[in-house]
Amino acid sequence: MKKTSLRAKILNAPYIVWAILFILAPMFMVVFYALTDRSGSFTLQNITALAVYKETFGRSIGYAAVATAVCLLIAYPLAYIMARSNASKQRTLMLLIMLPMWMNFLIRTYSWISILANTGIINSLLRALGLGPVQLINTPGAVILGMVYNYLPYMILPIYSIMCKLDYSLVEAAQDLGCSSRSVLRRVIFPLSLPGVVSGITMVFVPSVSTFYISQKLGGGKFLLVGDSIEMQFQTSYNYNLGASLSLALMVMILVCMVVMNRFADEDEGAIIL
Amino acid sequence: MTGRKKVLPNLYIALIMLFLYAPMLVMIVLSFNSSVSTSVMSGFSLKWYAEVFRDRTTLHALYNTLVLAVFSSLIATVIGTVAAVGLYGMKKKWLRSMVLTVTNIPMMNPEIVMGISLMLLFVFVGNLVGKTDVLGFPTMLIAHITFNLPYVILSVLPKLRKIDPHLAEAAQDLGCTPVSAFFKVVLPNISSGIITGLMMAFTLSLDDFVISYFVSGPQFQTLPIVIFSMTKKHVKPDMYALSTLIFVSVLLLLVIMNISQDRAEKKRRA
Repeated sequence: MKKTSLRAKILNAPYIVWAILFILAPMFMVVFYALTDRSGSFTLQNITALAVYKETFGRSIGYAAVATAVCLLIAYPLAYIMARSNASKQRTLMLLIMLPMWMNFLIRTYSWISILANTGIINSLLRALGLGPVQLINTPGAVILGMVYNYLPYMILPIYSIMCKLDYSLVEAAQDLGCSSRSVLRRVIFPLSLPGVVSGITMVFVPSVSTFYISQKLGGGKFLLVGDSIEMQFQTSYNYNLGASLSLALMVMILVCMVVMNRFADEDEGAIIL
Repeated sequence: MTGRKKVLPNLYIALIMLFLYAPMLVMIVLSFNSSVSTSVMSGFSLKWYAEVFRDRTTLHALYNTLVLAVFSSLIATVIGTVAAVGLYGMKKKWLRSMVLTVTNIPMMNPEIVMGISLMLLFVFVGNLVGKTDVLGFPTMLIAHITFNLPYVILSVLPKLRKIDPHLAEAAQDLGCTPVSAFFKVVLPNISSGIITGLMMAFTLSLDDFVISYFVSGPQFQTLPIVIFSMTKKHVKPDMYALSTLIFVSVLLLLVIMNISQDRAEKKRRA
């Protein structure tokens, strides 16, 4: 007995050391840099400076929330249709949804410029039809479109995998007992798929709220998000302390959003059970 | 009625696929453009593909990307597999759940925060030893191993839970040393998890931009970083040509993997 625990200790040691050095220590570094100035002495200046970024944080949360909602609205019916299809169709669709994720996200985002630009494909088509050019690129809509496009698979996959495991005899039972198809969806399918929805929301919201490339390319630099501000502090302004403070605020914000959402999801479940 | 019922879902799927593949289609078509424009097609030409193979920065970055992906995924797989076995055998429940919580941090944290936190650590240590250009291959390797590790551990652990714990004991009763019992009994049973973890780590490493962007230096640049600096300037169709080549290789790899999986399944059934 003693021998096995010693062996486990030896096996665990490399990873635990690694995790302390390269997961925990970097997190500590973020806090340390956020609470110090250039010379390394304690200051709250970086935290109070966050007030300037109020609008940026608001915009990030707003855009990410809209993108997450749009992803959910698009992905939910698709996941349902996929889960009810035959096996070979499921496999093909799965591959088609995963394939874009294997492509570099910078290129995928950049290609949208060719489509949305003022001389781009959509506007060329519109001009051919005799309609005036429409400003598509460099708008908040383009930024949100970029988020939806890049992170939609992260919403589809968890909902789909829950839908696959769903017991459809429950749906039939509800129908036999006189449920209309709308209330079957509301009272049977949706509550059962809630865990997939919650993890989908997390997997779309976190990268959306922290992205920094999409807004620069599709928003033309006019609608800066928190990610852009952080990137600027590290790559152009070289103010690591302010950058660390922004990152700390971003982490705290995401944590709060997650806690609120999990509570909301739990309450929802409770209400349905009642 | 059934006919109409099927049309609507299929139309919906088609629309979403159009949305997902429109940019890819645009990219592939424009990579054959004879002019320099990335929005108007003026004629067919292969000159941008020739340009890609003439560009030494791109080729060098491709080589760097592959070297980094091979080393980081192999090292992460070894450390991660050993860690999974250790975690599985861990007696203290609280310590195990604590280690697993820490393991989840790189997956739950926004990539940009992971990137800057590692960068801060490297810069801080660099300052301590008086070096200003710490960022390069070693820091990239450490960062990639770090974000690969959770995926390896989380694909090996479930396989370990499925093994009958008495199997290794039985092997030892029959005269195996603990080490050879591990290699002869446990390892074959978790190999599928190890391979899944290795492949995930490899592809994650190939594709990573955000974390690499913060921990890389000018001496060691990977393909995503070169692509990023290309998209900062005005983009020529040569980037689309490069992306089309990557897209086709990924597609081929996936098709080959699917075929070999199908074959393996058929063999098992036969």
